[in-house]
Amino acid sequence: MIHSTSGSHPIKVIADLPPGASGMVHSLTGGREFCSRMANLGFTTGADVKVRQNYGRGPVVVAVRGALVALGRAEATRLLVRPNEA
Amino acid sequence: MATPLRIPALRLEEETRPNQSKLHLVQPSCHDGGPDINPAPDALTIALVGQPNVGKSTVFNMLTGLNQHVGNWPGKTVEQKTGVFHHQGTAINLVDLPGTYSLSANSEEERIARDYLITERPDVAIAVVNAAALERSLYLVAELLALDVPLVIGLNMSDVAEQNGIHIETHVLAAALAVPVVRLVAARNEGVRELVTAALQVAADPASFRPNRPSIRAEHQPVLEQLVALLGDCVRDPYSPDWSALKLLEGDVEVTRQIKASVPPEVWSEIHKILLQHEDAYLDIAGGRYEWIGRMVRAAVIQPRVGAITLTDRIDSIATHPIMGLALLLGIFGLAFALTYTVAAPLSEWLSGVVLGGLTSFAKVILAGAPALLSGLVIDGLIAGAGTVLAFLPILAVFFALLGVLEDVGYLARGAYVMDRFMHLMGLHGKSFLPLFLGFGCNVPAVLGARILEERRARLLTILLAPLVPCTARLAVLAFLAPAFFGANAALVTIGLVALNLVILAVVGIAVNKMAFKGEQTAFIMELPLYHVPNARTVGLYVWTNTMSFVKKAGTLILLASGVVWVLSNVPGGDAEASILAAAGRALEPAGRLMGITDWRVLVALISSFFAKENTIATLGVLFGVPEAGATLATQVAAVMVPGARLAFLAVAMLFIPCLATVVTIRQETGSSKWTAASIGLLLAISYGAGVLIYQAFRLLGI
Repeated sequence: MIHSTSGSHPIKVIADLPPGASGMVHSLTGGREFCSRMANLGFTTGADVKVRQNYGRGPVVVAVRGALVALGRAEATRLLVRPNEA
Repeated sequence: MATPLRIPALRLEEETRPNQSKLHLVQPSCHDGGPDINPAPDALTIALVGQPNVGKSTVFNMLTGLNQHVGNWPGKTVEQKTGVFHHQGTAINLVDLPGTYSLSANSEEERIARDYLITERPDVAIAVVNAAALERSLYLVAELLALDVPLVIGLNMSDVAEQNGIHIETHVLAAALAVPVVRLVAARNEGVRELVTAALQVAADPASFRPNRPSIRAEHQPVLEQLVALLGDCVRDPYSPDWSALKLLEGDVEVTRQIKASVPPEVWSEIHKILLQHEDAYLDIAGGRYEWIGRMVRAAVIQPRVGAITLTDRIDSIATHPIMGLALLLGIFGLAFALTYTVAAPLSEWLSGVVLGGLTSFAKVILAGAPALLSGLVIDGLIAGAGTVLAFLPILAVFFALLGVLEDVGYLARGAYVMDRFMHLMGLHGKSFLPLFLGFGCNVPAVLGARILEERRARLLTILLAPLVPCTARLAVLAFLAPAFFGANAALVTIGLVALNLVILAVVGIAVNKMAFKGEQTAFIMELPLYHVPNARTVGLYVWTNTMSFVKKAGTLILLASGVVWVLSNVPGGDAEASILAAAGRALEPAGRLMGITDWRVLVALISSFFAKENTIATLGVLFGVPEAGATLATQVAAVMVPGARLAFLAVAMLFIPCLATVVTIRQETGSSKWTAASIGLLLAISYGAGVLIYQAFRLLGI
């Protein structure tokens, strides 16, 4: 997959962002069903996301479109975001 | 209100709907709560739709109360709730559709909700949305507006939203969508009646319902038109060509299959070509819907200032912390059991002492002149057996009340989140923790609860593991016998045996995952609801339905089993030692001897637990008879076994094959006799193996 690199902030998987970090959804990787479920939940390109909890292992909690969603570690590595300036 | 004029017209409509009756052929379920509800034939039908955790069930309960029927959707393992109520003189059938995030056919629930709305055409649909997560909630509304069903929106949890700094101008939102919007706090019954009034107004004049429907992004518009043109007249009522084309573009599996079967092959190959060029359109369509939602809510919503710390944030800093969260979960767990037994135990004693005692003396008076066989059957068989079991009722009710509160507050999802890491060891994820946790109350809802898992593999494994969770019935058996068996060490033995069950659960989970499923992992995507104050009515209804299903079980299966045990232990001749049951029990002695159990009555009690786990005590009660002075039933049973055998007996009772109700539910939920048989065989092997190992270890150690 090719990531556009416009802007100074590289694309990261959300699992690599610390708690409190926010960004914009860039893309999803993985199977069709996974992508469809995530998109229905609001993880569409350009959506604002904020990491609410990430202890470096185990699941993470992400705020998206006013709701809290827990993602397993594996799922959190398939959600690519463009982080905002800290 | 044009309601009175409208009813005859409606009746005609109803009669032309051949599928209408299908909905009411509900299958019996272990969860049957209230009385059977027959839908009023000339009533309006309102469907309730909404995403999970938006308080849809609360609205349903507020409107129908106990006047509801809980069953399954025909041929499906998804719960169906229907009810009847009256509003302003109009009879209304209310259908609670399964909670879904979208109408994309990603799950059974979504397919059911969608099929119902399209093929059964309710007069009006009420979409319950969560004001605290408005954008996300409106996604389903965006999909609903693409269907031909009149809609009103109930903006629920407005109080939770306001607590979190979100303010919504209801009339601005209604004007933007051109759909009636009613502010709701369903838990306090605020706005519920107004919502129904709005729904009736829309139903009375469906032609006036002209909502602002979401449109697809401009770049996909030509493709969509192309598809609509290709579909031509191949799409038959009730499906519309526009909707079918949209779903094709979204790659909807179900619609794709239907269209492929109904259009000529050359048309399909053209459609297929277009779809291949636009494979990723579904992401754009979802994105487009959210853009549309963004435009709709922009003027209506005042968001909290960025960085504001909410109540949910504060609680979650502990509740979802990997260490503190786990400690909290264990604490809640311990507290739940402590409360269950401290609150429920005195009630149980009162039930078995005063109520059963009274019933027994009453039966003795009534049956004074009756033949010995009849009075024996009623007093020593039925009352003693089923009555002892009814004494467990308070334990179950208190447990379900606590569970209901935890669920309603929004905590249970946090428990699942904290347990995710451990569940991964078994190839499962956090969501499986929820049904397994239910298992501590009763294994039947645990097996049913596995429905929340999206993948069959995870569902099967969770169902296999569920019977290893010690249910209240087994815990009550343990609590009844352990003090007499082990005196001061009873608490230690109890905790040890519960731990043994959980360790075996983990080992079986890891092993089955490694061997049968090759360690596949499933996707963990779960919403964490905002915390809110629990609603007494929601919790009350939860306790009521679960407890009533237990009463039904006690009233039928256990009563029958107690009677049968009593008769078999008195035939022929009335001497238990020479009875059929004694002969059967003695036949099992060679197997029992390896566990140190040589008394046939104990073996028979173990076998009878197949009817219901509580039966162990009931059967012992029947077979050991009325205790002599200074003794109790438990001490009498203790006297026939050495300590090693007592421990083996308790371990087997805790691990034994699932009760009949659970087995039936496993068969129904897995749809596989093989899987059901494998589940029984596995538990039989585990329980017998554990019993033999424990007794033999004690013997070798010379205890």
